[in-house]
Amino acid sequence: MADDPQQLVVLSGKGGTGKTTVAAALAHLAAQELSLSIADADVDAANLELVLDVQQVASHEFVSGLLAEIDPDLCISCGQCFEACYFEAITPGGVGVPYEINPTACEGCAACYYRCPVDAISLLTPPCGLWYESNTRFGPLFHAHLFAGGENSGKLVTLVRQQARLRALDDHRDLVLVDGPPGIGCPVISAVAGATLALMVVEPTLSGAHDLSRVVDLAAHFGVPAAVVVNKADISDKRTEEIEAFCAARAIPLVGRIPYDTVVTEAMVQGVPITEFSDGPVSRALIHTWGIIKEKLVGG
Amino acid sequence: MRIAVASGKGGTGKTTIAVSLLLSLAALEDETRPSKLQLLDCDVEEPNAAIFVKPVIEGQEEVGILLPEVDPALCTHCGRCAEVCAFHAIAVFGEKVLVFPQLCHGCGSCTYNCPTGAIQERMSPIGTISWGSVPDCPGVRFGQGKMNVGEAMANPAIRALKKKMLPEVDGGVTILDAPPGNACPVVETLRGADFALLVTEPTPFGLHDLRVAVQVARGELQIPTGVVINRDGIGDDGVLAFCAENDVPVLLSIPLDRRIAEAYADGIPLVDAVPEYRQDFVGLYHKILTLVEGES
Repeated sequence: MADDPQQLVVLSGKGGTGKTTVAAALAHLAAQELSLSIADADVDAANLELVLDVQQVASHEFVSGLLAEIDPDLCISCGQCFEACYFEAITPGGVGVPYEINPTACEGCAACYYRCPVDAISLLTPPCGLWYESNTRFGPLFHAHLFAGGENSGKLVTLVRQQARLRALDDHRDLVLVDGPPGIGCPVISAVAGATLALMVVEPTLSGAHDLSRVVDLAAHFGVPAAVVVNKADISDKRTEEIEAFCAARAIPLVGRIPYDTVVTEAMVQGVPITEFSDGPVSRALIHTWGIIKEKLVGG
Repeated sequence: MRIAVASGKGGTGKTTIAVSLLLSLAALEDETRPSKLQLLDCDVEEPNAAIFVKPVIEGQEEVGILLPEVDPALCTHCGRCAEVCAFHAIAVFGEKVLVFPQLCHGCGSCTYNCPTGAIQERMSPIGTISWGSVPDCPGVRFGQGKMNVGEAMANPAIRALKKKMLPEVDGGVTILDAPPGNACPVVETLRGADFALLVTEPTPFGLHDLRVAVQVARGELQIPTGVVINRDGIGDDGVLAFCAENDVPVLLSIPLDRRIAEAYADGIPLVDAVPEYRQDFVGLYHKILTLVEGES
């Protein structure tokens, strides 16, 4: 494991605080000094590809989990499957009317399959997403699209992150950069567990601060050191100060304050990282942040 | 009537819209005010609606999943439980049975299939749901779920919240504030809704995630769907073009406004900071009613 590449994961707790904007800028800045392998771990709202000018090299089906299906010709409408299902995924029929699986509710546990007395239920393995290997000018990118409403997003996150790590190992790349999902649930756990450092992008709002504390607790739970960057810091000086106090109390380094600027949206529309698009205050703040993070990674 | 507020992309203003809709309807003083009204915060990973609604919490309960507990005196180590578990959450090594709580979905399949009845189901908490009233809004109910940090699965908390709270306003209006993204917790929130209100921002990221959200709501779940464009004026015209091409009605646009952003930072609802928006949210509700009635 001594040669394992370092892994920097960008998280936020709350959605829409600027994870992908920060991750794209870090990809651009880090690639000037280090060799990178990149993963977009926000598989049900994957946006990093929109600003990294990707050339897709390969695409693969992601198959994970089961889906139950009832054969209407075999179903005797006994209702045992309905009783077995804890997930409200079975729509009862009636006398002589077959029962039906609701595919959006089915968790693929197979409880109904084992319960059915006449073997009317079969288990399918439908693809639930696609994952891609692409080239960018900052290094290879591993990303995915979970199909609409898909299950198992945590497993797909694990997959793209693992692919990025394996590529880094193969090519002796220095750093795996992971753009994480919002929240604190299974995809976030898959994105953060075992990472070298988690960079939390927070906005200075009551909601942002509330959500930050939960994702900081999550990183601590998995023994991953955290750092915090405040995005749109000038929206509220008061909340920014509160976040600074929170970081000080938790001994978490605050590695930057990025000002609010509509130039960020302009860069997104142009499909490039903000640091390539502008040399204004936002980019200068991100260059400063990258400098500190690099020290932490190299020094750690 | 159940209106679910979702978005795909995070941070587009789901909670702002859900709370503003609730407060605008609650403030109506004529017969158009829904007789019963509630807001459920289904973003159980990062619930924020309470910051704005400031409810008086009146009760709470733990929610969880049913984990298998194996009685060693009855277990014959036959391995049937491991064989039937679709999630590899239970394993038999020699004379030892191991349960992996992080993988278990609590489906009960191992319990049912154990030939010696050695498995019992034990509730293992993953979070809490809580409920209460809203000061200055008589009769308005609030409910939220909160997952414990380190737990993986949000769905059981969302299911428990809906099960507990939906019957309370039978015949009234329930607004459900969904989590970001397009994965299973969003589906769990949307399921059974009469209308999906998708909040987006007019940017490439907003559009990319809106496309998937429309597929989930209108495609997979077949729920009538409309869009609110927040921070209108930034970005580009991609969202408008997409909505026009795909017949997704744009029901409300809220321009980028620093007053709204600053109020949000301090936990002040949009319609309290800029009260002239109340009329727009009442109008939004009537447009939703028309669209839902048109479907049935």
